[in-house]
Amino acid sequence: MTLAMAPPLPVKSRRIPWLLLIPAVLVALSMLIPVVYLFLRAFQADVDQALALVFRSRNLDLLFNTLKLAAGVLAVATFLALPLAWIVTRVRLVGQGFWTTLAIVPLAIPGYVMAYSLLSIGGHYGFMSRVFGISMSNIQGYWGAVWALALYTFPYLFLNIRSALQGLDASLEESAQSLGYGRFDIATKIVIPQILPALMAGFLVIGLYVLGDFGAVALMRYDAFSYAIYNQYAGAYDRIYAAWLSLMLLALALAFVLIDVLLVRRRLSSVGSSSGRQVSKVSLGRYWLIAGPYMAFVYLASIALPAAMLLYWMLQVPVEAGLLTRVSMTFLNSAGAALPAALLAATLAIPICYLSVRYPSRLTALIERSTYIGYSLPPLTLALAMVFFALQTAFFFYQTLGLLIVAWTMATLVLAMGPIRSAIMQARPNIEEASYSLGYSGLQTFRFVLFPRLRRGTVAGIVLVFLFCMKELPITFLLSPTGFSTLAVSVFSRTAEGQMAEAAPFAVAILLFSSLSVGMMLRQEKSQ
Amino acid sequence: MLKKKWAASIALATAMFGGAAMAADITLYSGRGESFVQPIIEQFERDTGLKVNVRYGGTPELALLIQEEGRRSPADLFWGQDAGAMGALANAGLLATLPESLYNELPDIYTSETGQWVATSGRARVIAYSTTRVDEAEIPESVFDLVRPEFKGRVAMPPTNGSFQSFVTAMRVMHGDERTLEWLKGMAANDIVTFRNNTTAVQGIADGEADFALVNNYYLPRFVSADADYPVAQTFFAAGDVGNLVNVAGIAVLNSSRNQENAQKLVGFLLQPSAQQYFTQEANEYSVTPSAVSNPLLTDVNLVLERAPQMDLDTLADLEGTLRLMREAGLL
Repeated sequence: MTLAMAPPLPVKSRRIPWLLLIPAVLVALSMLIPVVYLFLRAFQADVDQALALVFRSRNLDLLFNTLKLAAGVLAVATFLALPLAWIVTRVRLVGQGFWTTLAIVPLAIPGYVMAYSLLSIGGHYGFMSRVFGISMSNIQGYWGAVWALALYTFPYLFLNIRSALQGLDASLEESAQSLGYGRFDIATKIVIPQILPALMAGFLVIGLYVLGDFGAVALMRYDAFSYAIYNQYAGAYDRIYAAWLSLMLLALALAFVLIDVLLVRRRLSSVGSSSGRQVSKVSLGRYWLIAGPYMAFVYLASIALPAAMLLYWMLQVPVEAGLLTRVSMTFLNSAGAALPAALLAATLAIPICYLSVRYPSRLTALIERSTYIGYSLPPLTLALAMVFFALQTAFFFYQTLGLLIVAWTMATLVLAMGPIRSAIMQARPNIEEASYSLGYSGLQTFRFVLFPRLRRGTVAGIVLVFLFCMKELPITFLLSPTGFSTLAVSVFSRTAEGQMAEAAPFAVAILLFSSLSVGMMLRQEKSQ
Repeated sequence: MLKKKWAASIALATAMFGGAAMAADITLYSGRGESFVQPIIEQFERDTGLKVNVRYGGTPELALLIQEEGRRSPADLFWGQDAGAMGALANAGLLATLPESLYNELPDIYTSETGQWVATSGRARVIAYSTTRVDEAEIPESVFDLVRPEFKGRVAMPPTNGSFQSFVTAMRVMHGDERTLEWLKGMAANDIVTFRNNTTAVQGIADGEADFALVNNYYLPRFVSADADYPVAQTFFAAGDVGNLVNVAGIAVLNSSRNQENAQKLVGFLLQPSAQQYFTQEANEYSVTPSAVSNPLLTDVNLVLERAPQMDLDTLADLEGTLRLMREAGLL
């Protein structure tokens, strides 16, 4: 149904400006590189070896562990997000906006920093042992990974549920009430089915995130697919097996998306659009005895805990002359690579969005969709495939900053396309019409009429990609040139060596930056 | 217009930062950790004015990466954690023969017969244990005893670590593949606690995640010198047990390097008295030259050699075979 998005242009047989089409097609083709090289590498094995690798019993363990991790994260994230979303939308509450904002803040804390703060609690030099004299074992393994990921990702679920609850038509619940249904029945028969699509969409985002996460899982030493791929790559160096594991992970990610499509799309059709009144808010009364501590727990665990742990380690950072220089040099490294990636992503996003909005056709739709490949490939898989690509075909690219920038761009192109696409859709097409009627070509019209009006969307796209790359870990970890280190890699490798205090300044620098990205999100949220 | 200016200034900035990171006289692939390597490399840079780029990674990872890169490898030197990885590269024909003048003062045990790599420091395998949860009498005679039920879930190992893998190779040389595989499987079934490296395995004992760890000797002294009450100690198995293997860290110049001369300068520097003193004093390893003053935190080298099994380090080169065995046991 691309027609719905098509502008009300008279579809004269205007030809697609090929100068824009060429880069778009090239982007689409390059999105295939990682997939192709993954297969190439996997099939370097002869048949017997391949069969042995695919049917290793360890793969089943990894599959089981990964699914168990996803299930645990979803359960904990639901516990953190669902009641909270209900409270901020349906309960009479002082400072509602404040509590809502606060629930989005944890997005600023990357999974590996969350893992870092959880790892800081227990252990010999940990917070509990040194501050309270309570000796406790490290939080790690399965539960460590579950909590690190859930505390970081639950805001996605929270945002989804909140908007679904806000969108509910009050009359549905009121008529159920007037028909004599109790609160429990209303909740299970009306509210939950209505917010289910939002819940599932949030589950999908978090599920895919869990599959792709590397930092938290590796720091917690939990044997999921991504950690195993990394270990094959780094420790045992069986890259063919790593490629097979990557393909399995990819299949798992596809399965998640398919399940979501099958479950949600079917339900969505039964849910009409609702623009009705909001339901009136309830007072919790004595139930605050439960809701109060619950809210306190969510905010303390997701925000106060990481803040306190970082402070704890910052106070112990070894006083060293070169440290500040090192942190700022590392910061410049991160920024110096993230900025070109952001510019490249935005530059490539503009023609793709323009073509798909103004020249809707099968080809342009295909090009647009191809960009999702880079975004949805688990980052470790993407990075691994790019290593193969450079080693086998483009050795001049091997271990260069360019390869890292290209891989980042592939992973983030979709992020840049969001605001740019809406900027193009908001620009009224009749000015472009006028330009055509004055005899300007498609390319000239694009260059002089549309392009100047995309500034805001382009800047937003650049900023989104830039901030993403500043905290990105798995791709950076595998593709950094020799002697090049970013903030994220510094936090990760120091934490992995147990040098918690040494990692702290780098982690603080990342947090300062990611809070900017969350600030951006909040601004967008408000303006919508 | 604005955009072009932006793009230009960013390209410039990237070239500057990127360039600063890239422009180096020598590229070193180091399988040894950054915290050990960085200070001594900085000293080398100050002394010689040469800039060294270091790529850190696991010893087996980098050894195999160099094999994959082949003659195109950007690396000039490889500094590995164990003799096995060095031997594997020598067998693959990727190492340059070093001038004898570099190593003729070293005792025979610290040089390769091929003359293609030299040891930079010596180290011993030990068993580390918790001083709060383990009674010394509990420590077994042999590393083979760790598969017994009383050790279930209590032993930490870093299977992806080069030194550990070299120890497994030594076990294969001494006791054969069959017995080694049986041991590996037994350990896996005994719920070992796996760590990425030796440092975290020792920390894991202090943090209460494991009671014993199979590690190299020089990690614990770092903790103890910072904190005398650190709740971990280490000791040897009975004399001659493969668990007491003495191994070396070694360095080699790749024969594909276009900077042979500068690369050899770094090798020579690491064998100088000042660098050797650093390995003993700061890194808590054994120096390979006799001149260094010994470190009081270290067990006397003669005692270590008395406990160690007889092993020719040139026989530890079959890294691939060891990885295959560990995979079969489900440890990798």
